[in-house]
Amino acid sequence: MKSVIGFASVRTRLVVAASGFALATGCAVIPPDSGTSPIDPLETYNRHVFEFNERADRYVLKPVAEGYTNVVPEPIRNCVGNIFGNLADVGNALNNLLQAKPADAASDLCRVAINSTIGVLGCFDVARKMGLAKSTEDFGQTFGRWGVGPGPYFVLPLLGPSTIRDTFGRAADVYADPVHYVADDAAQLGGQSLRVVDTRAQLLQAGKLLEGAALDKYRFVRDAYLQRRRNLVYDGNPPRDRESDEEDAADKTAGKPDGVESKTKPAEQKDEPVPDQPKPSPER
Amino acid sequence: MRKLSIGKIFIAATLALGAPLSNAQTQSAAVAQSAAPDALVKSLSNDVLDAIRKDKSLQGGDIAKLQKLVDEKILPYVNFEKMTQLAVGRGWRQASPDQRAALTREFRTLLVRTYSGAVSQVRDHQVQLRPMRAQPGDSDVVVRTNVVAERGEPIQLDYRLEKSDAGWKIYDVNILGVWLVENYKNSFASEINQNGIDGLIKSLTERNRQLDSGKKA
Repeated sequence: MKSVIGFASVRTRLVVAASGFALATGCAVIPPDSGTSPIDPLETYNRHVFEFNERADRYVLKPVAEGYTNVVPEPIRNCVGNIFGNLADVGNALNNLLQAKPADAASDLCRVAINSTIGVLGCFDVARKMGLAKSTEDFGQTFGRWGVGPGPYFVLPLLGPSTIRDTFGRAADVYADPVHYVADDAAQLGGQSLRVVDTRAQLLQAGKLLEGAALDKYRFVRDAYLQRRRNLVYDGNPPRDRESDEEDAADKTAGKPDGVESKTKPAEQKDEPVPDQPKPSPER
Repeated sequence: MRKLSIGKIFIAATLALGAPLSNAQTQSAAVAQSAAPDALVKSLSNDVLDAIRKDKSLQGGDIAKLQKLVDEKILPYVNFEKMTQLAVGRGWRQASPDQRAALTREFRTLLVRTYSGAVSQVRDHQVQLRPMRAQPGDSDVVVRTNVVAERGEPIQLDYRLEKSDAGWKIYDVNILGVWLVENYKNSFASEINQNGIDGLIKSLTERNRQLDSGKKA
């Protein structure tokens, strides 16, 4: 992406980034027990970045996404979403292969083939109607399946929630992304931007719900993200948190010294999948 | 972007919860008592989906009607007290009966108000049961479903049900891998650590008031 944002000098970019960051970081409210949870030792840093992201979203991305939704008719938006989905299937196939799931990889490649031709370059998800369900795979999950634990929760500026493992995953994902290989810089930037706006537009309703549902939005997003990632690594069948269940049962009958923290620790350990786990169940 | 998956969590959330969460004794006797948990979940889901599909005002987001729909159709099958107890965790033991009732009530209201908005997003979704991994004699099962829509991947929607004298009752919901109770646990625990149980009740009540006034505005 280096050449893509060459229009501003390095100094200008740094100044803009620094002032933007400074504007945002001064305003995050850090609760007194920040950083005490073992799943989130970087909580104070994370909260600042989260706050910054929230502001960038509120003042820039969300209005653009809302504009996009109001101006562009739904069938066209669906088409755009499907086209990006089709491009993502290439990465999905690659990651399924790397995770030793050849059937799923083959299915993804079939999807790409069918949707690119009959589905008019991906505009229509014809393959789904034929019974080929869409995968959601990325390098973060692949690393997870290879036995890499997620590491601490880590919020990326502008990109949102992540973990140390998933950050490396994102870096690798760039190389599996067809849009990355578009030769013309302006076209590539246009493609990346459109994808971001389209994704955000799909989430507008969900965003409203999130505002209402969460007592502490930062923690809610964090916990949902970590649960979701764990679920994705195990393709919908994460090992049930037995220790957490036993603690729940014990809680009901007797006193217990530990609280939330001991419940999250077992989850963290279980995040390292054993390499010789049984194949994921066929019900994808 | 990772946000996409978290977004879907909420779009699908209401199909499961809509706003159900109570210990109400009333329920259609025969159906609830004898229904296997997966059959129960399937018929509930289809009931709710059908009701929404037929009613344009529900799709338009009529909150009062949505809450009524959930009260009637889903409420009887959810054990909300257990849900609150699990979410509150250790603090539940230290809570007085009054506090427990208040917590249950406020948490339920929060979920109803929040997720009934998502119900209106339902269009032509279909619910498919996934294989259930439970033994016949189990009294605590996980029912797994997929919600299939026109776009995007199938949304995984799972339920934890417990068998009680009044039949099977839902006490936790999982959307795209995120168990609801687990997700609120950390927030609740943190709130209790800082401000005690009354502090948590106060936060919930305050949040409900905000949501309420937001809707009336």
